[in-house]
Amino acid sequence: MSLKVVIPTPLRKHTGGAEVVEVDAGTVKEVIDRLENKFPGIRNSVCDDSGGLRRFINVYVDGEDVRFLQNLSTPAKDGSEIAIVPAISGG
Amino acid sequence: MSFVKGLRCRECGKEYPARLQAGCEECFAPLEVDYDYAAISNSLTQDRIASRPGNLWRYRELLPVEAEPLVGVASGWTPLVRADRLGRKLGLDHLYLKNDSVSYPTLSFKDRVTSMAVNKAIEFKLEAVGCASTGNLANSVAAQAAAAGISAYILIPESLERSKITATQIYGARVIAVRGNYDDVNRLCAQIAERHPWGFVNVNLRPFYAEGSKTMGFEIAEQLGWRAPTSIVVPMAGGALLSKIHKGLGELERVGLLKEPVKTKLYGAQAVGCNPIVDAVRRKSIDIRPVKPNTIAKSLAIGNPADGYYASGFIQSSGGWADDATDAEISEGISLLAETQGIYTETAGGVSIAVLKKLVDAGHIDRRGITVVAITGNGLKTPEAVALNPPEVIDARIEAFERVVEGGVVHVA
Repeated sequence: MSLKVVIPTPLRKHTGGAEVVEVDAGTVKEVIDRLENKFPGIRNSVCDDSGGLRRFINVYVDGEDVRFLQNLSTPAKDGSEIAIVPAISGG
Repeated sequence: MSFVKGLRCRECGKEYPARLQAGCEECFAPLEVDYDYAAISNSLTQDRIASRPGNLWRYRELLPVEAEPLVGVASGWTPLVRADRLGRKLGLDHLYLKNDSVSYPTLSFKDRVTSMAVNKAIEFKLEAVGCASTGNLANSVAAQAAAAGISAYILIPESLERSKITATQIYGARVIAVRGNYDDVNRLCAQIAERHPWGFVNVNLRPFYAEGSKTMGFEIAEQLGWRAPTSIVVPMAGGALLSKIHKGLGELERVGLLKEPVKTKLYGAQAVGCNPIVDAVRRKSIDIRPVKPNTIAKSLAIGNPADGYYASGFIQSSGGWADDATDAEISEGISLLAETQGIYTETAGGVSIAVLKKLVDAGHIDRRGITVVAITGNGLKTPEAVALNPPEVIDARIEAFERVVEGGVVHVA
């Protein structure tokens, strides 16, 4: 299934500057696996040593935070948009 | 000239120059402004601070602004009010309220942070500033940007209180309401910030912006005679205010301005309908589980708190605690503060008062010590939070008046 992954600026050093990357994957975990295949080293920026998402990274599938879904196991359908967004503060 | 050495990642320690930057490029963690504390110790004294005007720039050695500030010049230095009537009611010997409901210019503590962010935007020669906001930040960014003569783009959740929208638009800011909750707005804002060369106060100006909250801690200590309180109760949305009060008190100790070491216990307050940090403290964890907010305390309705991890950690390491309040308790808290101390606060202040009461009743707070509660915003911004009976209407005749007040003068609680 073809998915669109939106890459934030700090990670574009891995993607040769690309803002949007297309991958074939069925879950968020597979998205990260495919990204790592294409751009070795990117996983380390997104995941911690235990393989989970880093504390300061949010991942959204079609606008919904994966922590409200099934985290890395969250399924993605054909055409879904996966956005990787660094956490920001607020008020 | 400031005493800023640069920015440093809170997690991995990587250092960056003091520039526009949202977070660490390696691990995405927030960046902290780092200062030359040894030089500040040599130059800053209690007398020196006391000789300066009553605004937050009296602590400028510990703030990240380089040039003479051009906006927010009169911000900060809000009253620390001794609250004996409320204290007696709750059973506290020494209760004080840090009353930022009268903050200049927009009646919330956010004026402290925008004073940093907008002056930095001027230094960086940015043509526009923006933010995602639950209301108070929107008001303050719009006002300070107007005073600076730069454009403001403000993103808010669609459901925001009408008065907070008006109090943003009035300054000529471009206000865009987004379908969804604050966390949706914040995600969009992070993505917009990547495309537009503006200063987003809670994104690429964040390291500087957040430093403004330290001034609440500085002022509390100075107003108590250069002492840190025994306990401090702080409302939490993203968790940054509590974390920065902690940093501020620590800095005063570090540069030798306090009489005794800081032993302040930090207490966090949230609404039941949005309590991810309280939930983490109860689990004795720093792992934040985000929630979908549903509370009248819209200024605190951040379900995915960016500084929640730190706030939860500081609460626990200080020996404090956290609790939450229902919508009904929040309204009661607003009324209780107004009726006992003559201070009309917004929902976040109602949360603080309601949670203060719970923490005292549960024995968490030392009743003999000095307790400070942060009152962060003004009740005129959220009039719909309390339902009061309409006033009695009478004819303009003395008998009509005597008839309605029969039974004597009504004494408030």
